[in-house]
Amino acid sequence: MHLIKLIFRNALRHKLRTGLTMLGLVVAILSFGLLQTVVDAWYAGAEGAAPNRLITRNAVSLMVPLPVHYRDKIRSVDGVQAVAAANWFAGVYQDPKNFFPQFAVEPASEYRIPDAQFRAFTRDRKGALVGRKLAQTYGFRIGDMVPIKGTIFPGTWTFVVRGIYDGADAKTDTSQFFFHWDYLNETVKSRTPILANKIGIFIVQIADVDRAAEISEEIDALFKNSPAETLTETEKAFQIGFVKQTEAILIAVRLVSFLVIFIILAVMANTMAMTARERLGEYATLKALGFGGGFLAAMIFGESLAIALTGSLVGVVCTFPVAAWFAAQMGTLFPVFEVSRETVMLQSACAVAVGAAAALLPARRAIRVRIVDGLRAIG
Amino acid sequence: MQPIVEIHDLSKSYRRGGQIVPVLSDIDLDIARGDFIGLMGPSGSGKSTLLNLIAGIDKPDSGILRVGGVDITVLSESQLADWRAEHVGFIFQFYNLIPVLTAFENAELPLLLTSLSTRERRQHVEAALNMVGLADRMEHYPSELSGGQQQRVAIARAIISDPTILVADEPTGDLDRVSAEEILTLMERLNDELGKTIIMVTHDPHAAQRAHSIKRLDKGVLQDGER
Repeated sequence: MHLIKLIFRNALRHKLRTGLTMLGLVVAILSFGLLQTVVDAWYAGAEGAAPNRLITRNAVSLMVPLPVHYRDKIRSVDGVQAVAAANWFAGVYQDPKNFFPQFAVEPASEYRIPDAQFRAFTRDRKGALVGRKLAQTYGFRIGDMVPIKGTIFPGTWTFVVRGIYDGADAKTDTSQFFFHWDYLNETVKSRTPILANKIGIFIVQIADVDRAAEISEEIDALFKNSPAETLTETEKAFQIGFVKQTEAILIAVRLVSFLVIFIILAVMANTMAMTARERLGEYATLKALGFGGGFLAAMIFGESLAIALTGSLVGVVCTFPVAAWFAAQMGTLFPVFEVSRETVMLQSACAVAVGAAAALLPARRAIRVRIVDGLRAIG
Repeated sequence: MQPIVEIHDLSKSYRRGGQIVPVLSDIDLDIARGDFIGLMGPSGSGKSTLLNLIAGIDKPDSGILRVGGVDITVLSESQLADWRAEHVGFIFQFYNLIPVLTAFENAELPLLLTSLSTRERRQHVEAALNMVGLADRMEHYPSELSGGQQQRVAIARAIISDPTILVADEPTGDLDRVSAEEILTLMERLNDELGKTIIMVTHDPHAAQRAHSIKRLDKGVLQDGER
């Protein structure tokens, strides 16, 4: 009880110094949390991938399409439940800065969407399904006409919003725009026949997750030595492949996030070192009265941890509204921008590590100081 | 009667810049139980070092040093800490109170190392603060007290665990004349009424006059006593 009282009163002895240190901790822990969330957002697609889905694409590059007739061959592989085609559309809505992913797909929705809306989508060949986040960003409502200028597929394409989907969980990307692959293919046949009957990727639904590798090999074996060999992998591996292209940036972001923690550790260690230097006489007095090194260490570690944990707690709490604001500012750049439980745990672990590490040398000094030397520091 | 403090051939030196500087040489001194002695001498004569050795916060190079029959030169650091908590009451020149604790809490500190209950501790602290005349200042922080009052809190802290000896290093060195007189009178009372053995280092001849005997140190050597 007396130890706790001493810890808190000591922590508040220099209110300005403690306040500024805590402010630094708030900023550091908040920055760390935000940067970690950015990294998480980058991996969100991979995290949200279904384990029972494979992606088949051209082995040369994702930019090189596959013939549409591959679909039937893939469907014939044992263990394959369904195959759907999808093409990356890469269109521009009003202005190039309004980026959001658009896909021409075969309707097989796994998203949470009212039946009536899904039926309306399947009935309308120009119909589109938009994610909740995308709809909120651009104000899309059911029945709205959305003109999109194609960059891969020339011309202006006008779609009608027939449904707004939600994700099954917070990690589901709801910033996408889906429309009928048939509509794309039929229109392309008349406008640019060379692009017709070409598929960007096949989405392959399998029955047994444990057979994913075996089925992938079987699919690729079907097209071995053909003009368009395939590469089949799990949806997660496919998504990670995208992330890998920007891995250097992610490593830099991660490094910066830990650098921020290292800097606040230096600030905190300096605060505690100043504190211990000023109180050397008090430590010597307590030792003279018979208090042991353990008591002094507990006092110093307790104070350091109290400051670190209080500042960090505010930092963690602030991370949520700041992340929400940041996500709103980023629009659909980060489809999923949620502060994860792992990030909060990492923030907490950093807080404890900073508090403990900052107290290490001051506690050692307090324990080792000779009483006569410490008493000389008074007066 | 066996002296409470027995010192024979006690020597102490410090190492400064690779050189060994003798501070105390072959000190012989016995202090009787209930005595009040004043240690005087010029700066650097070794009087504070001798006090520190007797109090068990420093260790001699050689010689015999027994306090209450215990040879404290052979005790380990942790044994010495326990011994000090039980047998030594400290009165410092600058009071050495913990600024974030009240007068009550400062006086209570040594009792936290005992097995006394909260209620028992409270009774002891109230009695000690009452004895030094600060019953009405218990909840005051050191910064809210005068120098004399702070020293009285320090004295309450020194006597709270009923130690064998009280060591005082320039207890009036930071006080005005009136406060110094009050402190010296209080120490006399502790000696007379409670029979406390007091060893006081002082520069002040007036303060030393309150002691039963005065020991003088010069260049680390104990001179013949005056009284």
